[in-house]
Order: sequence, then C-alpha cells, then structure tokens
Amino acid sequence: MAEFTLPKNSRVGKGKTVKADGATNTRDFHVYRWNPDDGENPRMDTFEVDMDSCGPMVLDALIKIKNEMDSSVTFRRSCREGVCGSCAMNINGKNGLACTTAIEDAKGDVAITPLPHQEVIKDLVPDLSNFYAQYASIKPWMQTQSPTPEKERLQSHEDREKLDGLYECILCACCSTSCPSYWWNEDKYLGPAILLQSYRWLIDSRDEATGERLDDLEDPFRLYRCHTIMNCANACPKGLNPAKAIAEIKKMMVERQG
Amino acid sequence: MTDMKTPLAKVRGLGSAKGGTHHWLSHRVTAIANIPLVVFFVVSFVGNAGKGHAEWVAWLKQPIVAVLMILFIANMVYHMRLGLQVLIEDYVHDHGAKFASMITLTFSCVLIASISIFSILRIAFGG
Repeated sequence: MAEFTLPKNSRVGKGKTVKADGATNTRDFHVYRWNPDDGENPRMDTFEVDMDSCGPMVLDALIKIKNEMDSSVTFRRSCREGVCGSCAMNINGKNGLACTTAIEDAKGDVAITPLPHQEVIKDLVPDLSNFYAQYASIKPWMQTQSPTPEKERLQSHEDREKLDGLYECILCACCSTSCPSYWWNEDKYLGPAILLQSYRWLIDSRDEATGERLDDLEDPFRLYRCHTIMNCANACPKGLNPAKAIAEIKKMMVERQG
Repeated sequence: MTDMKTPLAKVRGLGSAKGGTHHWLSHRVTAIANIPLVVFFVVSFVGNAGKGHAEWVAWLKQPIVAVLMILFIANMVYHMRLGLQVLIEDYVHDHGAKFASMITLTFSCVLIASISIFSILRIAFGG
C-alpha cells in the first residue's frame, strides 16, 4: 500500500535552537537534520539568523548557518543562480531552489526540509539515484539512422521553437518529488521531469527514434500514472509545464493509433 | 537478501507493457458519453420525483427511456471500472491484494451492470 504515515524511525523530533547573540533583526530557520551515523531520529533544528548580515536568498541563509552557526549542516549547492539545480529542497512546504527563493517572500519562519518522498542521505541531501537512472533509461541523446552529415544537423526555426519550454529543464527534481503519483509509484512511473525530457527528444525534428521512444513509454505506469494533478507545473522553479509535455506525449500515443 | 541490482536495471524492469493508451482513451470517451447520459438521468429523476410506482414503471417502459437507461448503466459502469482500476494500481502495491481487488472490482462491475440492465429490460418488456 501507499504509505501515509512515516515509519517510527523517520518521525521528526524537535532539535536544538541556536541563537544569534546581539542581533536585533532576526529570522528563524527550521532546518531538517538527520545523520546516518548516530542512529537518532530526524529532528528540526532552529537557527536564529541575523538578517542584517545575511544575503537575500534562502541559500544565503543556509550558507551563513553552515559558516557561522553549525558547520555540520549538510546540503547541495553549486551555481547559486538557478542553472544547476543542486539546491532543490522543500521550503515552507513548496519545492524550489534555495538560491532563487527570496527569504522575504516567505512569511514568518522559514522551514526547510529535503525534497519529499526520497530517501535521505544526510540532512537536506536526498538520494536521487532512481531519478537519475530513470533519466538514463529514456536515452536522453539524439538517435539517428541516416548517415552522419558532414556538418551540423539542420533544423528549421519553427522546429527549433518546439524545444522552447523543454530544453530549459535543469533536472532539479522539484517537479517529480512534488507529484503524488510519483510518491506512490516512483519505482515504475517516470515522473514529470523525466517525461518532459522524453518529450524534448520526441519533438526534436532531428531525432529519428520517435517510434521506439514512444514504444518504451507506452506503459500503464511509465506514462499513464500522470493524472494531471499539476503540482509539477506549480513547483517548477524555471516556470516550465511538465504536465503539458506529458499531455503532448499522450496525444502522440493516440495519433499513432491511426 | 541484499538487492544488488543497479538502479538502471530496476528502472528498466520488465520493459514497457506496450499498452495503456486504449485504457486512457476509453476512459476519456466514456467520460464524454457520460455528459449527455448523466444529464438525462438527473433531469428525468428530478422530473419524476414524487410520482407513484405505476407512473415510474410507465416512464421506464418507453423504448427511448429504456434504451437510454441501459446506455447510462453500461457506460457508467465501464467508466467506473476503468477509474477504480487506476485507483487500485495507484495505491495497492501488494501483488496478492492487488489481484484480489482487481478481480473483486471486475466481478462487481459485471454484476452491477447485469442486474441493472436485467431490471430495466424486465420492466420494459414485462407486464
């Protein structure tokens, strides 16, 4: 059955509170902590962050916490400008990138937890092995039969425009981990991110494996677990619409029936 | 036993079932058919509210009403069967429980449709 409650050893307890001594303009950050080595249950630690010496984004606060308050706080980050997708996490109940989420847009305290329904490696770092394997499974590269041209593979402006709204995906997993269908069936359902990436290759006029790609997707679970819940479009930090891409794949499936 | 399969082996699994489109399309088509049929059903039942047994029987004896009621039952039950199948697939992961739920669902739907349609026909053709 789908799991609606957390197992006993995953129940989140209350952790420590770290004060910002002498600061007047502060904001409380509640951060999910779990250490695989100590055998303890996860907990929410509270960090009182001095906003007068903190950058504007949630990632700035996390880096400040790690630098000045608790160096053991663990999270992924790299580009700090929304192109790498490393710092995807759940911020006040909504999946997003810590680097492009402004602290001032959050009302009151800021609660930060890892991406939902993934195994946690440590603190805010989820295990995305299944997600990456799903990406590999759709063969995200150009497949052709025709002899390789001497120069570039040509594409009309109109066909190139069909990739807009698809190529921008940074595979941060915000959409897939916000999808209830993915929560219940992530072992078999590919999820919004991977299906949007599939459509990126299905609609590419230069690709010659459209039929084989559709064959691989034509499955009650891989594709048809999408019930147009639309959490994906709501969560995407790049403003993309995976649900629409999935609907387009379903249209292609019907189209090839005749 | 430790599972030593690679993540990719797990994802590729048994391969694509090469199906699902017919199910998805049937669910949509029965949904479209349900629009006029449900309107007919609701309008008729609201219109007939308060009438006696004899008047209900006389209403159902009309050929158009009987045919529409049979279509309504058949389409509604088929739509329900498809929808509840998706629900079971979503939430019931244990193979045994899934098999039992699916069989129960299919048998119940056939039973509901058979009893309903038989009842309509009996009134339509009965004395």
